[in-house]
Amino acid sequence: MSIWRRVGCVVLLLVVGVSLAASWLAPAGYAKQYRESPGAPPSREHWLGTDEIGRDRFARVVYGTRISLLLAPAAALVSTLMAAFMGGLAGYLGGTWERLAMAATDVFLSLPWLFLLITVRALLPLNVSPILSVLVTFCMLGLLGWTAAARVLCATAGSLRSADFIRQARASGMSERRLFWIHVFPNLKPVLFAQFWISIPTFILSEANLGILGLGVAEPMPSWGGLLKELEGLVSLREEPWKFVPLLLLVVVVTSFQVMLSDQQEVNA
Amino acid sequence: MPPARSESLKARPLLRVIEMILRKIARHTAMLAATVLLGGFLSATLVRFAPGFDVDESQLDPHLSAESVRAIRGSRLSQSNVARFYIQLLRRAIHGDLGTSISLGQPVTSLLRERIPLTMRLVAFGLLFSWSLAMALALSAAYIRTLAYDGLATVVSGALLCIPAAVLALLSVIWNVPGSLAIGLIVFPRVYRFARNLLAKASTLPHIITARAKGVSEIRVLLWHVVPVAGPELLALGGVSVSIAVGAAIPVEALCGLAGVGQLAWQAALARDLPLLTTITVLVTLVTLLANSGADVIRCMWRGQQA
Repeated sequence: MSIWRRVGCVVLLLVVGVSLAASWLAPAGYAKQYRESPGAPPSREHWLGTDEIGRDRFARVVYGTRISLLLAPAAALVSTLMAAFMGGLAGYLGGTWERLAMAATDVFLSLPWLFLLITVRALLPLNVSPILSVLVTFCMLGLLGWTAAARVLCATAGSLRSADFIRQARASGMSERRLFWIHVFPNLKPVLFAQFWISIPTFILSEANLGILGLGVAEPMPSWGGLLKELEGLVSLREEPWKFVPLLLLVVVVTSFQVMLSDQQEVNA
Repeated sequence: MPPARSESLKARPLLRVIEMILRKIARHTAMLAATVLLGGFLSATLVRFAPGFDVDESQLDPHLSAESVRAIRGSRLSQSNVARFYIQLLRRAIHGDLGTSISLGQPVTSLLRERIPLTMRLVAFGLLFSWSLAMALALSAAYIRTLAYDGLATVVSGALLCIPAAVLALLSVIWNVPGSLAIGLIVFPRVYRFARNLLAKASTLPHIITARAKGVSEIRVLLWHVVPVAGPELLALGGVSVSIAVGAAIPVEALCGLAGVGQLAWQAALARDLPLLTTITVLVTLVTLLANSGADVIRCMWRGQQA
């Protein structure tokens, strides 16, 4: 493990640890309003100041990190499973199944990712409860993010279908189901694993984009996207630099993921 | 006889290349038409089954009479059958009529005519900026071949890759820079990373190592040997980058207050404007597929020429 990968791992563990300890670290809940000090600058009581309705920004950042960091992997898991089902099965079965699955994938891929996300999210109810909005946002990311991974898995499963050891197993009378679970699926695991890790930073960034556009997690539930929406009213960077802390945290976390992934890719190569 | 035979030998690969290109174009056109139609239908279906489709805020207007409210409900009901709505939309589209926007109350054709030039300008300048910067950095990294320079370029592109597109749009508002620059900065890291990897991979090919060993100048190796090898893949990247730029236009136009198609798509999505959203989806799908198909055909021609 290279030094950069170690640094990435440590940073991620630290951020996840801090976000999990939100209840102890934050002075109060993410929704508690300090009505006497709305829009306050950083102080001993409020490390990152308060937002325009008096909520402690540090508490919101820590709780928002927890939501983004716990649900992005969940969405990545959903998308990877869908990709495995659609791509893996289509590649393994081949023929009409493969053509149909790839046609469906092409339709999804022909629309830019952000356009597709915005369209679908805007079509879902906007006045749902905060918890439901979190689930809707990340479920949607998971359900729409499977296409690129499905293509990779289809190609991998397709090459496995014609591999010598599979032909040999088939010739020896092994059932198709057993063949898939015993021989094909274990060989798809490294690709699935890589796709899972690649999806996490993509989903974190997508949620941030949706949040800034007002289509992410609903208030008062915090998320990185919702916290970054505060940047909308800024006139200069020097005005209230503490508002950039969520952005800094997001960049650090996504960079850590990228470092880990690039290192993983080098190892695989 | 011998000259005729040699001519037929020469003509055969050319004919084969033309035949291959024509076949590819025909296949692409059929696929393109099918995908665009399917994309439009998918969008229409999604909007139709979205919660609140039957509700129109204009129905709550106290100034409207009961008859007007009934008429609004009736117009919404006429769109309740997705298949019928979509077939009607296509039939009208053939005659140049794309329907009327529900939320803006204007013909979709005129809305698009007003807004397409701005989006095209933004996307074109954004692509020009991102490709110029990415290729300048990737080519110079391949030419200089030092770890420090390569590392610096990778860090810059990596940092931009970690910033959400919408944040770059907001920063462009804060710094008062054009929206096209924001689109360029969103596209740049993706183009740079791919171009850099392609050039680096091409540099390790045996014939390029041989050329270098024979003392061919570095710039000649790069332009005569490395770039032609990476060229077809770079063309494919060109097609993909159009799709990224069109996608990036949505947050940039929505957050920078630019009245382009991206902002229109955003407004249409929020207002559940079925005719407008379906037309924009078809348009975006068409642009994306045309860019990819164009890149694919040129790539095919390039490869044919190389062969």
